[in-house]
Amino acid sequence: MERELTEIRWHGRGGQGAKTAALLLADVAFSIGKHVQGFPEYGPERMGAPITAYDRISNNKIRVHSNIYDPDFVVVVDDTLLHTVDVTNGLKEDGAILVNTDKDKSEITPFLKGYKGKVYTIDARDVSMRTLGKYFPNTPLLAAVVKISNLMSEDVFLSEMEKSLKHKFAKKPEVLDGNMKALKLALEEVV
Amino acid sequence: MSIKERMSGNEAVAYAMKQIDPDVMPAFPITPSTELPQNVANYIANGQMTTEFIPVESEHSAMSAAIGAEAAGARTMTATSSAGLAFMWEMLYVASSSRLPIVMAVVNRALTGPLNINCEHSDSMGARDSGWIQIYAENNQEAYDNFLQAYRIAEHEDVMTPVMICQDGFIVSHGVENIELIEDDKVKAFVGEYNPKHSLLNGPMAVGPYATSPYGMEAKRAQAEGVNRAKDVIVAVGEEFGKMSGRSYGLYEGYCLEDADYVIVAIGSACGTTKDAIDEMRAEGKKVGLLKVRVFRPFPAKELTDALKNAKAIAIMDRAESYSSQGGPLAAELSAALFAAKSKAEVKKIVYGLNGRDYRVEDAKNVYAELERIAKEGNDDPFEYTYIGLRE
Repeated sequence: MERELTEIRWHGRGGQGAKTAALLLADVAFSIGKHVQGFPEYGPERMGAPITAYDRISNNKIRVHSNIYDPDFVVVVDDTLLHTVDVTNGLKEDGAILVNTDKDKSEITPFLKGYKGKVYTIDARDVSMRTLGKYFPNTPLLAAVVKISNLMSEDVFLSEMEKSLKHKFAKKPEVLDGNMKALKLALEEVV
Repeated sequence: MSIKERMSGNEAVAYAMKQIDPDVMPAFPITPSTELPQNVANYIANGQMTTEFIPVESEHSAMSAAIGAEAAGARTMTATSSAGLAFMWEMLYVASSSRLPIVMAVVNRALTGPLNINCEHSDSMGARDSGWIQIYAENNQEAYDNFLQAYRIAEHEDVMTPVMICQDGFIVSHGVENIELIEDDKVKAFVGEYNPKHSLLNGPMAVGPYATSPYGMEAKRAQAEGVNRAKDVIVAVGEEFGKMSGRSYGLYEGYCLEDADYVIVAIGSACGTTKDAIDEMRAEGKKVGLLKVRVFRPFPAKELTDALKNAKAIAIMDRAESYSSQGGPLAAELSAALFAAKSKAEVKKIVYGLNGRDYRVEDAKNVYAELERIAKEGNDDPFEYTYIGLRE
């Protein structure tokens, strides 16, 4: 389904890079000509405290400047948040939720308050460790959210990311390879 | 051709600062404006700017150093927020009364307390009587465009008054959105060189002298004249900017305003959210509109009341509490202007968004519904003001 406006809410913990992931998604959507809005909701700046970040991706100019209450998609960067944060609040049923976890989907669903839309999981730690050798959940989650939201085709996404990573890591080609591998593996691993 | 980019409000204003490349920037960092001096320092370190950056020990010193630099004849800028602006207070008046055309980026944030880092207009609204011109932005594009226009206004010989270029903390300053940047050569040509008629390095001049009672009042009257004359200059610069960029600016922006019965008057990012509400309600046949105040100092009393002459009910919304029992400063000043203009419209004064409380499309719709009600039934208590989203 092609949406005129796609709204995404990210739940993470301070220091995990949910804000960076939201901005990376805005970047890649901008690169294919979309109007974008990527912004964090700031509270007390504490490592580990629950934080929220948002993306709006639209075919038209974006004017609204409020938080997102009825998102099309929700991304949970840390599955321990499922115990304390109402992550499916307002989430549209024709959308989906993506949870970064090593657990089986059946262990996740009890925390989703009867959410009737699609539920996806990805083990971003596993993908990241296998491709980058370190835990950077953003890269796999970015690929996974692009896939489940259908914001662009996988080919377009990968070629745009390659362009941007080449520019970003011009002096570190080895980083480029690892990141591209992480993106490709994540596209396969999201279930 | 303009350059299509995506940037946060802070990044956009820092980019404008790079393009203008003023002579001096004294600054002390404070959330959420920290990225401004930070990005400028990076640009200077990378050899992309020639500005003399002065890392000072406080905001009081930042404004003091800006005054010294500007009095010497240097084009000067600084940036701050909230408590930082409050700490400049004493020196704000020295800058404006000395007729020094400093430009300051203000990233609006609540003053303490409770301690809070989020958006509110209480910081710059508190400085509304300091003699500075104040221009507010709805989004990153306007923050960038306004900064590019600021020196043309401040340094105009009819004006010679410092300018604050304000944007909403976090909502605009930290939100990444699409933006159209203007090429460096066009910016340089538009902003022009700064050649002050009088400066400390260019012949004898007194800065900050004592004025006895027989003289002081005339000095203040002359200062007020500079601020008053800024109105025409702001309009002329906004038109010329439009010819260059395709984006014209005036003292205010009307959205679906001309035939609107019910009008929200607001400042800043809330205006974008209100526009979305207007589109939805216009589709249902509701005659709703927006008056976005871009320039708060000088206060365009005549222009705003002229623009509101067809309105049946008006909501004046402030993102600041004045503790005046009359709502915020915009409500108090615009109400006074509407009285002078002999307006018959019902007026609703509203305070919203304090300490970063979110303002939603639904909130705007509720305000319009209330305006429709009081236009029919009358305002129950015209001396009262109300809040949006407050838990009583």
